[in-house]
Amino acid sequence: MTRHLRRRLAGTALTAALALALTACFGSSKGGANDNPNANVTITFWHGWSAPSEVKAIQATIDAFEKVHPNIHVKAVGNITDDKINQALRAGGPSAPDVVSSFTTDNVGEFCTSHAFVDLTPFLEKSGIDPTTTFPGPQLSYTQYNGDQCTLPLLSDAYGLYYNKDMFKAAGISGPPKTMSELDADAVKLTKESGDTYSQLGFQPDYHFYESTITHFAAQWGPTYFTSDGKSNVGNDPALKSAMEWQKNLVDKLGGYSRLDKFRTSAGEEFSNNNAFMTGQVAMMIDGEWRAGMIDDSNSKVDYGVAPFPVPDDMADQYGKGYITGTIVGIASTSDKQNAAWEFVKYLTTDTDAVVNFANAIHNVPSTTAALASPKVSQDPNFQQFIKIASNPNSSTTPASPNGGDYQLVLQQLGYDYESGKQSDLQAGLDDAAKQIDTNIAQVQ
Amino acid sequence: MTLTARPRTRRNPGLRRRRRRERLRTLAFLSPWLLGTGLFFLYPLATTAYLSFTRYDGFVSPRWDGLDNWTFVFHDYPFFWPAMRNTLWFVVVLVTLRIVAGLVLGLLVIHVKRGHSTLRTIFYAPFLAPPVAGTLAFVFLLNPGTGPVNTILAHFGVSAPNWFNDPSWSKPALTMLALWGVGDLMVIFMAALLDVPRELYEAAALDGAGAIRRFRHITLPHLRPILLFAVITGVIATMQYYTEPIVAGQVASGQIAGSGNQFEPGYPNGSTLTLPQLVYNLGFQRFDIGAACVVAMVLFVLSMVFAAFLMGRGHGFLAGED
Repeated sequence: MTRHLRRRLAGTALTAALALALTACFGSSKGGANDNPNANVTITFWHGWSAPSEVKAIQATIDAFEKVHPNIHVKAVGNITDDKINQALRAGGPSAPDVVSSFTTDNVGEFCTSHAFVDLTPFLEKSGIDPTTTFPGPQLSYTQYNGDQCTLPLLSDAYGLYYNKDMFKAAGISGPPKTMSELDADAVKLTKESGDTYSQLGFQPDYHFYESTITHFAAQWGPTYFTSDGKSNVGNDPALKSAMEWQKNLVDKLGGYSRLDKFRTSAGEEFSNNNAFMTGQVAMMIDGEWRAGMIDDSNSKVDYGVAPFPVPDDMADQYGKGYITGTIVGIASTSDKQNAAWEFVKYLTTDTDAVVNFANAIHNVPSTTAALASPKVSQDPNFQQFIKIASNPNSSTTPASPNGGDYQLVLQQLGYDYESGKQSDLQAGLDDAAKQIDTNIAQVQ
Repeated sequence: MTLTARPRTRRNPGLRRRRRRERLRTLAFLSPWLLGTGLFFLYPLATTAYLSFTRYDGFVSPRWDGLDNWTFVFHDYPFFWPAMRNTLWFVVVLVTLRIVAGLVLGLLVIHVKRGHSTLRTIFYAPFLAPPVAGTLAFVFLLNPGTGPVNTILAHFGVSAPNWFNDPSWSKPALTMLALWGVGDLMVIFMAALLDVPRELYEAAALDGAGAIRRFRHITLPHLRPILLFAVITGVIATMQYYTEPIVAGQVASGQIAGSGNQFEPGYPNGSTLTLPQLVYNLGFQRFDIGAACVVAMVLFVLSMVFAAFLMGRGHGFLAGED
């Protein structure tokens, strides 16, 4: 064999090995798994829950699954962050997870486009599950990207209005506001200024305050963030502009940005017992269903009520809707036990009793249409408000994009500039934001 | 020609063997360093440089993309130039003040007659505090509404700033945090100051030199190598300034992002954003490792330029010693 021939053969072998290695990085993303689901296997499930009560709840769900599928054993690994998930999905290997859940929906676009998670459509079809009737619209929206259903919803979060009943009574307000005009009027009525800050604030619209983000507010206007061809729509959609104008007007009505921001910097930490609503400093706030559990578990003496977040005056007929997000779960493309993993994912996300029991245990909103309607769901009146918000056909979410939640960050940045007066021309700001969002997305495609 | 060539041909094999053995021996002695440098410096550096010209999300194989990442970072990425300005601000202000503070504390501790051990411990202890814990403590202390610093200042009628919540004060607040942990430099300067021969000071004093002249003409020349070391390591550490600004920004903003969520860069108003934070934002939050590598290369080049400049100046310092 000549040296030249040997070199060519070695080169070909090396190229083939590299190609093999690279294609082996991720298996099929189309759910074409051929492992035997009836074989005795152990699958690894990574999740982010870490509180003892949450870990107990997910373990109870796993135990229930293993009773139904005695051949599939689930090894659960908790307290996993998205950074760890990304590393594991990149690396693959025997210690990589088969089933992965994440608390954020922001990275679904990347998980789908990179095929780090398999497309679950063939599995859903194989099991005769119609996702459009099984899951509510928002949950279906935030678990897929460009038609690739690479994740499924595993419980949801719904956002509503928390209000302090005692403060309402003292101010002579009979019930929670239903429209933005009512919210503004109540917020002003419930506000008591003190020096250059407040002794009591009706509502805190400052975008840096807890869950008062632009996307949570804007859901009430039902914005369309992207056009059908994936371009940013924020410069053209009047919904987002109206939402930002409403927020800025309320900031001005309540005494201006400086005063509100001073109050914000003095407020207690959001996820502590010093939360300004829980200490009685704020009369109303937007928050998720988990807050009710936190208030009940704390020593807060606030007598609170929950209602849907108000809607714009010209959309009063849609009162009851809200912003929806949640936890997602998918199957790693590197898994060689995808059929067994699917059995577990199917159970976690579509078995009504499993979804309801888990939701009740960790005070989250169920993520299937059947579970939302189940009589076994907690009947606590406050919690039921969130069930109604999650079931409302007009509720909406923020869609997945290929660069994480970057577009939300761009909008949030514009929000900070607009509320503080740094940016006075909102339309120009939205146009610039749209360009920036498109540039950032083009950069990763 | 023939006579001179023939003996050389006969001697050459042995000579070559000896030289080869010497080269191999040299290589064997150098191999741990070569291996370490190759594996942990040159290979990552070359990979970073290569990836900066590719589209790479960490999942799918890198794809050659020419100068697109460089154009994006320098032209289209709105956070790059603010982060560059902030990083350079920290390099100039923070490094300078840390060195001055370290030197002043070192002088104070060696000149104090009583209790210098206690003082040394008090000044050094904060350096041992974990950066996250130290930053959290500072954000709490300097909280505009509930922090004890502003409460005390208000008691005396002083209108205190908003510290970590004010773009004009966030960098000075971070500098205060860095000065609080200046114990490492204090110890180094202390050791160097104790190394200066006493008789030089005595002779200068006899010649009528005052304290300032003694410091300028005796102390400073002896400290020059240590000063050079402090500046270079300070600049490199500041180029990697990440934990304190990101923790301070996140905590002060009141919006602790959940795992996987993007968060506001450099709160307040981008004033605490540094280049290493961009590497994280681009590479791990936007899945744009190619662009993250561009920022990493910029950091590398800046560090090299600073180090080369200072080494050039330092050579003069050291030469002046001889």
